Formats: sequence, structure tokens, C-alpha cells
Amino acid sequence: MAEFFTALVTYGFLQSALLAGLLASVGCGVIGTFVVVKRIAFMAGGIAHSVLGGMGAALYFGFDPFVGALLSAIVAALLIGAVRLSWKTQEDTLIGALWAIGMAIGVLFIAKTPGYTSDLMSVLFGNILLVPTHELWWMAGLDVVLIVAVALGYRQFLAVTFDEEFARLRGVPVALFYLLLLCLVAVTVVLLIQVVGLILVIALLTLPAAIAGQYVHSLAAMMVVATGLGALFTTLGLALSFGPDLPAGPTMILLAGGVYLVSAVVSRQLQRRRAWRQATTQS
Amino acid sequence: MPRTLSPDSPVIRVDAVSFSYGETLVLERINLSIVAGEFVGLVGPNAGGKSTLLKLILGLLEPQAGQIHVLGRPPRTAARAIGYVPQFPSFARDFPICVEEVVTMGRIGRGSRWALGWSSRADRAAARQALAEVEAADLARRPIGQLSGGQLQRVLLARALVAEPQILILDEPTANIDQRAESDIFDLLAELNQRLTILLVSHDIAFISEYVSRVACLNRTLTCHNTSAVSDDTIQHLYGGHIRQVEHQHG
Repeated sequence: MAEFFTALVTYGFLQSALLAGLLASVGCGVIGTFVVVKRIAFMAGGIAHSVLGGMGAALYFGFDPFVGALLSAIVAALLIGAVRLSWKTQEDTLIGALWAIGMAIGVLFIAKTPGYTSDLMSVLFGNILLVPTHELWWMAGLDVVLIVAVALGYRQFLAVTFDEEFARLRGVPVALFYLLLLCLVAVTVVLLIQVVGLILVIALLTLPAAIAGQYVHSLAAMMVVATGLGALFTTLGLALSFGPDLPAGPTMILLAGGVYLVSAVVSRQLQRRRAWRQATTQS
Repeated sequence: MPRTLSPDSPVIRVDAVSFSYGETLVLERINLSIVAGEFVGLVGPNAGGKSTLLKLILGLLEPQAGQIHVLGRPPRTAARAIGYVPQFPSFARDFPICVEEVVTMGRIGRGSRWALGWSSRADRAAARQALAEVEAADLARRPIGQLSGGQLQRVLLARALVAEPQILILDEPTANIDQRAESDIFDLLAELNQRLTILLVSHDIAFISEYVSRVACLNRTLTCHNTSAVSDDTIQHLYGGHIRQVEHQHG
């Protein structure tokens, strides 16, 4: 650990990695909260995996894979949203299919791109140590987009996530805000892919918010706590992986998963104890 | 803005409306007219089409035949003048939100539909006032998941009232609560009826007849009765043969 902090001062790539983790945690706190309370983790997984299609195409045609990822994430979000809004039946089947089709397209493109097969691992599992500086700017820009969008539409997003039927009766354009929310999920997925890769994204998107949800009772508090937890997991994961030269992404995910399990047990015990105390003081 | 209506023109008008889900005909040529200030009870057996009729009036469903007007407008555009209390809350009970925030959400859609951002101080004050009106002011900070059935009904009623609606529509508001809470809610509705038109769905024809001014019986087709005229024949027609009435008095 101490080794990590001395290295952090010396090496620019570590500073970039740390910054990338912190920038990603904003997305995982703010949008991860919506994903958890709206229970759309499966859709978010579909969006994340179909991103490979866009990244593969970008590598093949030689444009920035970050842009490819962003475009394909938005397209996947709109497709999945349209499926959910208009084909209520077999929604899970169709999302599962989009999930796999996106990946298949990506793998074909990458297979036909000379010299890129080795990079497939870092796309799938992330390589936070290789995040270039211009992508940090992209990430910061996307964070601003997320925060501004959620701040401007907070009431509408809250209404649509809480109770779609009631939101519709109050005249909120539900379909529009639903698709917008999925697009924000897409943006967040792209942010997090830089850090943990597209396979592991779903854990970093949901676990911090799920842990926060065990202790706080408002959406805004959940966002703040989840952002803090996201920052903690990415930073600590990076530090822990540095000494023994482990891949950073999986280390972060195991850390988040471990904390989630412990927290689930602890919060349950706390709840039981409160119930017990309530019952015994009443009688 | 509500268009001016002549005092006798109905606030809710259903003309020859039929509706079917797939091949199942649920409503057959329904006519119903409700004027301002009425308290109409809509009764009928389960799957008799009560909730479907409410959803049509609210504009959540479109009829395949016939026409509906609410305050002289198509339902979709009039929905914001209606306060709606659903039978089952259509949200997750573990959602991290407190009662006051839920009620404040009822203020969305007042003014511009594009009014973005956060709820204003006036909205939160209105929410507290609505909670006080349903005698649930003490619940304001409580997480929504920690309410009893009766408390939740009051909160949903407050969420409907906070938008200052002209019409109140309730779907089985007392289905999941005990009888004392039930009479409390009905007393409250009787009071609200002084300023609001109320349409209420219930399966309990005997109980609501004390409170409502008119009963509409729905089992695919609709028949209206004045409350005094609810007889054995009516119940027979509605529920079929095997119903016995029990004369019961509460002390």
C-alpha cells in the first residue's frame, strides 16, 4: 500500500488511473442509484455488452474506440428502451438477444482487425492503467452531462422511476424520460468501461448503490453515499492491486462484492435488533 | 385551464363505451354521467370491469367504441384535474423515499409540463397541508416502506389531493385495511365531497351505500341506482344467485 502511494507521486499513469476511477464513481453513484431502485440492472447489462459492437467497429474502421463505445451504448439503450416500451412480452428474451448480438458483432470486427486481438482482454476486463489523458477529459465531460441532466430533470426522473402510471397521469412524458434515463445509463456504462471493462461494469454500477440503499432512505442520499463508495472501491482496488501486480478491475469488483456481502449481513442484523428492541420496549 | 361548463353539464360523461382486452369483452355500451358534487359508488363483482372503466376515464386506456369526456375534454388532457388513488400502489414498497416526497410528487404537472428541476418550497408546503388534511402530518418524514395499509391509503389520498383536483377517483381505497380505518377514510371522503366530485370503486355494496349519493352497478353492463333503491333484485342481478344479505348493526 505504502508502495502505491510513493509510486502515485512519481508516475503520471497512476495519477491518471486514480483520476479515472474517481471520475467513474460519479456515474456509478448517480446513475447506479436509478439502476438499482428501478431494477433495470439486466437492461444495463445488455447495454454494456452490446458496446463491444461499437468498439469493434471503431477499431476496424480506425476511429476512436471511446466514440464507438458511446455511440453503440446510446443505440443499444434506445433499442432496449423501445423493446421495453412497446413489446411488453418477451422483453427479457429480446434484451438477452441484443446483449449477445452486440458482442458477436464486436468479436467479428476485432477478429478482422489486424493486431488487435490482444487488446480484447483490456476491452472486456478494463485496463485502468492505460487510460489516456484525452479520455480523462471525455470522462469529465460525460460526468458534467450526467449531473446536469439529472439536476434539471430530477422530479421527472424520480416520478418515472417511482411510479410510471402516476407520472403519466400527472402529464410527465414517461416514454421520453424513460429513454433519457437509459441513455444516461449508457453514458455511465461507457465511463465505467474505461475502469473495469464491459464484463465487470454491471457490478460497479449496482453494488455501491445497493450497499448505500441498505442504510439510507432517500434517493439523493443514496447517490451521495454510492458515489463515495464507488470512489473508495476504485481507489482502494487500484492501491491493493498495484503491489502484487494484479489486474485492477477485478480487484475493485471483488472488493465491492465482498463489502456488499458483509454489509447485507450487517444491515440485516441491525434491522433485526431494531425490531427486537421495538418489540421488547413496547411490552 | 378548465373550460367553463354549465353547472348541469356532467364532469364525467361516458357515452356508449365498449372495451375488450383481446377477445374478452369487459365493458359493453356503458353510459354514465356524473355531475359536479356527486359521490358515486361503482360496485360489481371482481373482473366486472370496474378498474378498466376507471382507467378509461383517466385516459390510461382508449375505448374501442364510444366516447368519454372529462370536464368536457378528452380524458388524456383532463387527467391532471383528477386526483387518483389506485387500488394497489404501483411502486416498490422498498423505494428509498419518505412520505413527504411521495406527496410532493403529486404537484408535478401543475403549470408547465416542462417545469424542470426540483420541487419548490410552495410544493412542499402544499404537501404538508395535504398530509394534515388526511390527518397524516406526523408521517411526513417516515420512509414509505414503513407504513401500515391504512397509513399508506391516507398518503396516497394526500398525493391525489395535493394537486387540487376537481374530481377524485378511488379504486377500492379500503380493500387492504381494517374496518375502523375504513370508516375513518369514508368520513374523510364525505367531508372532501363538499368541494370535490368523487367516483369510488368498491366491492362492498352494503358499506358504501351509507355514504354515496348514487350507486352504479357494473358487471360488463352498467345500471345506476339511487342508494335507497339498492334491493335484493339489484344484488341478485349483479352477483348472481348465491348471495345472502346479512342485516348487521354496529354498536
